Amino acid sequence: MNTVANFPARLEALLGAEGVRISETELQGAAIGRQQPLAVAKPRTAPEVAEIVRFAAAEKLAVICCGSRSKLELGMPPSRYDLAIDLTRLREIVHYDPADLTLSVDAGLTLSELSTVLAEENQCLPLAVPFAGPATVGGTIASGVDSALRLQYGTARDFLIGAEFVDGTGRVCKSGGCVVKNVTGYDLHKLLIGSLGTLAAITRLNFRTFPLPELRGVFFATFPSLEAAFQFRSSAERSGLPLANLELFNPEFAQLLAARARDALPFRPGNHWTAYAAFEGNQPVLGRIQRDLETSAADCHADRCEIPDEKACAQWGRELRDTADWLPKAAPNLALLRIAGLSLTSADAAAVVNGSQAGLRHALLARPCNVTYLAVFCESEARADRIALESRVSECMSLAHAKKASVTLLHAPAWLKDDLSVWGPTGADFPLMQRVKHAFDPQAIFAPGRFAGGI
Amino acid sequence: MDPALTRELKILLGPPSVLSDELDLMLYEFDGSVEKGRPDVVVFPHTTEHVSRIVKLANKYQVPVVGRGAGTGLSGGALARGGGVMVVFARMNRILQLDLENRRAVVQPGVVNLDITRAVEHAGLYFAPDPSSQKSSTIGGNVAENAGGPHTLASGLTTNHVTALELVLPDGEIIRVGSHLGDACGYDLCGLLVGSEGTLALATEITVKLSRKAELVKTLLAVFDTVLDASRTVAEITARGITPAACEMLDGWTLGVIEDYIHAGFPRDSAAVLLLEVEGIREAAETQASAVARICLANHAREVRTARDDRERDLLWKGRKNAFGAMGRLAPSNYVLDGVIPRSKLPEALEKIREIGAKAGFRIGNIFHAGDGNLHPIVLFDPRDAQQFKNAIAVAEEIIRMCVSLGGTLTGEHGVGMEKNELMPLLFTDADFDLMRRIHDTFNPDSSLNPGKIFPISKGCGEIRIRKSRQPVGSQA
Repeated sequence: MNTVANFPARLEALLGAEGVRISETELQGAAIGRQQPLAVAKPRTAPEVAEIVRFAAAEKLAVICCGSRSKLELGMPPSRYDLAIDLTRLREIVHYDPADLTLSVDAGLTLSELSTVLAEENQCLPLAVPFAGPATVGGTIASGVDSALRLQYGTARDFLIGAEFVDGTGRVCKSGGCVVKNVTGYDLHKLLIGSLGTLAAITRLNFRTFPLPELRGVFFATFPSLEAAFQFRSSAERSGLPLANLELFNPEFAQLLAARARDALPFRPGNHWTAYAAFEGNQPVLGRIQRDLETSAADCHADRCEIPDEKACAQWGRELRDTADWLPKAAPNLALLRIAGLSLTSADAAAVVNGSQAGLRHALLARPCNVTYLAVFCESEARADRIALESRVSECMSLAHAKKASVTLLHAPAWLKDDLSVWGPTGADFPLMQRVKHAFDPQAIFAPGRFAGGI
Repeated sequence: MDPALTRELKILLGPPSVLSDELDLMLYEFDGSVEKGRPDVVVFPHTTEHVSRIVKLANKYQVPVVGRGAGTGLSGGALARGGGVMVVFARMNRILQLDLENRRAVVQPGVVNLDITRAVEHAGLYFAPDPSSQKSSTIGGNVAENAGGPHTLASGLTTNHVTALELVLPDGEIIRVGSHLGDACGYDLCGLLVGSEGTLALATEITVKLSRKAELVKTLLAVFDTVLDASRTVAEITARGITPAACEMLDGWTLGVIEDYIHAGFPRDSAAVLLLEVEGIREAAETQASAVARICLANHAREVRTARDDRERDLLWKGRKNAFGAMGRLAPSNYVLDGVIPRSKLPEALEKIREIGAKAGFRIGNIFHAGDGNLHPIVLFDPRDAQQFKNAIAVAEEIIRMCVSLGGTLTGEHGVGMEKNELMPLLFTDADFDLMRRIHDTFNPDSSLNPGKIFPISKGCGEIRIRKSRQPVGSQA
């Protein structure tokens, strides 16, 4: 009799033993939270992915698409999970025209491998994302993780120019193209960004590429007060200087950062707020930006300004880029919130970091483009502290919602994730999103329950 | 159409906001394209609630609805292909909120593109998408078509500058998608809606990003003796990784026509010019300007001029943006095409366009966004000559097919509309259409909103009533 439990054998008949893995190690490697699949399929081509999806749709299997599995923790655990589709064998650069600055790449290639190829032509894809070592191009797009170069280059939405994917009916579809300007047909590829694999299995992505900058520069300044740091940020934003990144962090965040990168830290964290700016260009451009930032920091009563050496610049850039990766590991009981669409004022920040209860700590990183990372954590495992942590996280989420921000829980210990939704409450447009989901995936086989509103 | 619908619309909006006389309707059967389609009634809502009730009334009488801004579109997107009710947003033209601190403007769909910039330029801000029609086209139309413009090269299309929309769905429901500051939770519905050509919903309120004016803008005019040298220059600028704010090409024949009309200061005896703009902080713009000038000269530019002041700069841009108008002096009508090719194929594409035109006996002008490979060949014809019109359409199709064969696409900024819907199978498979159709039906299940657009009718994708076949503008046929 055909049951969900014995589908792996039937899938193996379809794909061959090479294409289906059922060893415990493989299954554990694809686990999300406490759930693991019954099989991991390893297709080599988009038509094979389509065949697997058709099989899954016919058998009503719940499917999770994955790449290097570095971000499976994002989102809610799936409500059902039968089959993982591992896309890492789709790893070809299908088209790369350096003279046109366009690229078409399979979803399973890693960002680092791709970067190496692009760097040979002195080009790059400006996705400075966490988990970038192992991360695949497809997983980076599906998870929609923040890029530390967003201020200058925008999000993937601004340079993803097309996609090929398998919809929930098991057909290979595409949208967009491989040219830098295109309004032909619906922009379905935009929907895939950050959809956490709930709409389709992404098999190929087309991008606009960018020249590598001639030089990169970094600037640090520390401020005696939160207000002074925010004043500096505001003046840097208004200056029109072409910054690639501009971040502020509180003393708690600085201490955690220092614990990771002691050698490279240009200052002792102390009780200061820190501003970090990154920028690109030739020597005259870098010189001008550094001068203007120094002047502006001095006007805002900075304690000190620092222009680290090249090695330190690179390390700082990496650490801040990878915040979503290392920060959750900084304490056993830590919840990391991403608050987006909120223009964080110094008063907001003060309310958050000063509203602390005994035993709870707050690390705050104000990123550009109205994105804030807030980690709430406690060192102890005491029940009272855990209760305080949960109530504080709820409170922060409610405060952000009240200001119409969009809040997601990037990380939380399992006990907390069981009680809190990773996603905030849905808006009035949620029924439309459900309908879009249904259009892509009529049988709801892709990543059920992982996305906002339980999609 | 049932006259009772017109009566009900007049009760809802007042008689001055409803047009139903044949003479009035004739004015709304055109846009900037060579297509036509006459509505049965034209209405001018003042509020979102009006729009919702108009849509519900149209549903009650089972007639289609099409939205329209200023009617400057170039693909028939705002034409009533299936007749019905045309909703003209001209009176929903208020800027509702200027949030200068966060660089956002909330506007009604009937606000003219350039008026957003005029409202914020005192604060050193502007709205980046700048279609040539920006003095008259509305933001609602820009959103529907995902409009571009010369400065798309560095700043992106309309979709890159919209963060939230208020929509009226085809059943009359009013809903908001996106968020004021961006990064809304869930799927990127704004990204889907912008550029959906009015086939999914009517936008009744739009939140746009405002950009900061650059410290220094340098506008260069590079003059070439051959089109090939000019197009090689563009390819080399791209290949060197330089992204100017704008990189426009105008061929010599077009330049003469513009000079007669605008007196912009373009040379009359050249084969092509590039109008290039670089911007940024002083150090960056100056470096880029000299790099661009060096590449022009290395590719045999006869001369590279830099605009000395804003007046000279504005004049050069006036020449560029009014080029299509200038063409009106040469022939009763013109057909502005919109195709895209990979930038590295520019020299090859321009040569092919010349060959296609020569073979069919048309002189084809080229005024286009060279930097992003967005071609705008312009075919002059006399619409009173039915055969000539037919030939012009055939030439247009051949050029677009050539763009696709070079790895390009059907449209870079004008939209598919009813101009290119039958060419869509050049790019998309049945599976692609099925999914797009499911998305379409999710919003617009009865095709009551803007029917006959985007999807090829010949493939059975568009189950709509088509009253009029393709006819030349102004013909009696």
